[in-house]
Amino acid sequence: MTDQSPPIADFQLITRAGDEAGQKTTYGIPLAVLAELTHRCPLQCPYCSNPLEMEVASAELTTAEWCRVMDELAEIGVLQIHFSGGEPAVRKDLVDLVRHATQVGLYSNLITSAVMLTKARLQDLADAGLCHVQISVQGSESIVADRVGRFKNGHVKKLQVAAWTREVGLPLTINAVMHRQNLHQLPEIIDMAVALDADRLEVANVQYYGWALKNREALIPTFAQVETTNQIVAEAQDRLAGILDIDYVVPDYYAQRPKQCMGGWGRQFFNISPSGKVLPCHAAESITGMEFDSVRGNKSIRWIWDNSEAFNKYRGTGWMPEPCQSCELKEVDFGGCRCQAFALTGSAGNTDPACAKSDLHAQIFARATTESAEAQDRFIYRNFAGGAVEAEEL
Amino acid sequence: MDQSTRKSRPIYDATSRPLIPRHVKLRFDTTRDRWVILVPERVLVPDDIAVEVLQLCDGQRRIQDMVDLLTAKYTADPDLILTDCLALLQDLANKGYLLAASEPQP
Repeated sequence: MTDQSPPIADFQLITRAGDEAGQKTTYGIPLAVLAELTHRCPLQCPYCSNPLEMEVASAELTTAEWCRVMDELAEIGVLQIHFSGGEPAVRKDLVDLVRHATQVGLYSNLITSAVMLTKARLQDLADAGLCHVQISVQGSESIVADRVGRFKNGHVKKLQVAAWTREVGLPLTINAVMHRQNLHQLPEIIDMAVALDADRLEVANVQYYGWALKNREALIPTFAQVETTNQIVAEAQDRLAGILDIDYVVPDYYAQRPKQCMGGWGRQFFNISPSGKVLPCHAAESITGMEFDSVRGNKSIRWIWDNSEAFNKYRGTGWMPEPCQSCELKEVDFGGCRCQAFALTGSAGNTDPACAKSDLHAQIFARATTESAEAQDRFIYRNFAGGAVEAEEL
Repeated sequence: MDQSTRKSRPIYDATSRPLIPRHVKLRFDTTRDRWVILVPERVLVPDDIAVEVLQLCDGQRRIQDMVDLLTAKYTADPDLILTDCLALLQDLANKGYLLAASEPQP
């Protein structure tokens, strides 16, 4: 323990036992899977990470299909499963799915809006072996939060469910999705996370693809807000060390370097959609012209991970154009986000414009500045009909 | 809001009895052929000595008992082992990955 290497490090890429050295230099065994159980959700947040074209309930994988998928995941070495959605608690079989994850040795996390949970169901989930709960919040109080989620009394319900989560002994992460219309509440959100006895707080600025791209004008922060946020987060991280871990995702239109999306395409994580599509990330379907395999097909998940065109297309560094190819950071950020590159440049193989080295960076920085100054605050809410404009009451 | 009402994380000394909470899983990963620690949203990779220390965390042993065991096994300087153990365990406790058993167990 006295040498220079830390006794406990974060996970680095590790190949399978028995792999030849150097054989799998660009990817390893997936660590974790995001299981989107459904796209149904009682909330209608305008930045939802689900695709614009959502999958309907009748297309969702059955309980038996998810259990078979989890058997396969455990077998290939996946360690963690994040049950997400939509709202995963919409599924009547959620407790059964968590129990199955526990039985096959998967560490399970519930990513939830919380509004449909009762204390009894939380206790059932805990008894089934659930390891962690992540609850999203839309603001620090009801007026802002319930407007963003378009769900009456949602905020109050979330606070109640967060308290129950700790009462049944589960660790809690608060996921605060931040944008121009709620960033002013960040100090109160941090206090709220402490008061709720959360272990972690994710201060996650909205990332702009899918629904959020559709709502970018209403969501994108001003540069002044970003600078203030940076200070608030840094101060809170220092003050709350050992009390609350704070993870911070900056809004990358204003960033210098792109984020290392999903730990690199097809390197550590993947996503399974409600109908069973195996995706390199939850937004990958926004990239048109790509084929994605399904767990309902005749291929194993291991085969899809190792061999499918979608997973191999942007894996490693070989696909990268300049300025990425000669960049010393290419194995740090893996060229940023492919979905963002597609959304902003029309080609997923281009450099992510979030990077200051991209020709387009100055342009998106300017666009963010202009759009945020225009203060067009009306949301287009997420729904199965392609969106509902705020104030046009249904 | 008053932060003093929050259940504070343990500050360890040699008499503390660290306990691994239910949501932290120390597990041998046969696919990758190594030990891992599963925690919310992360997978941690302990070195061999960290694994050995964590395997001794049962909520009954005091940190001093663990140091005594390791000192005998490795014929190393007990002060150094105590310092290293406290640093390792406190770091995990600060992140919420270790608790302290409140009362000595029977």
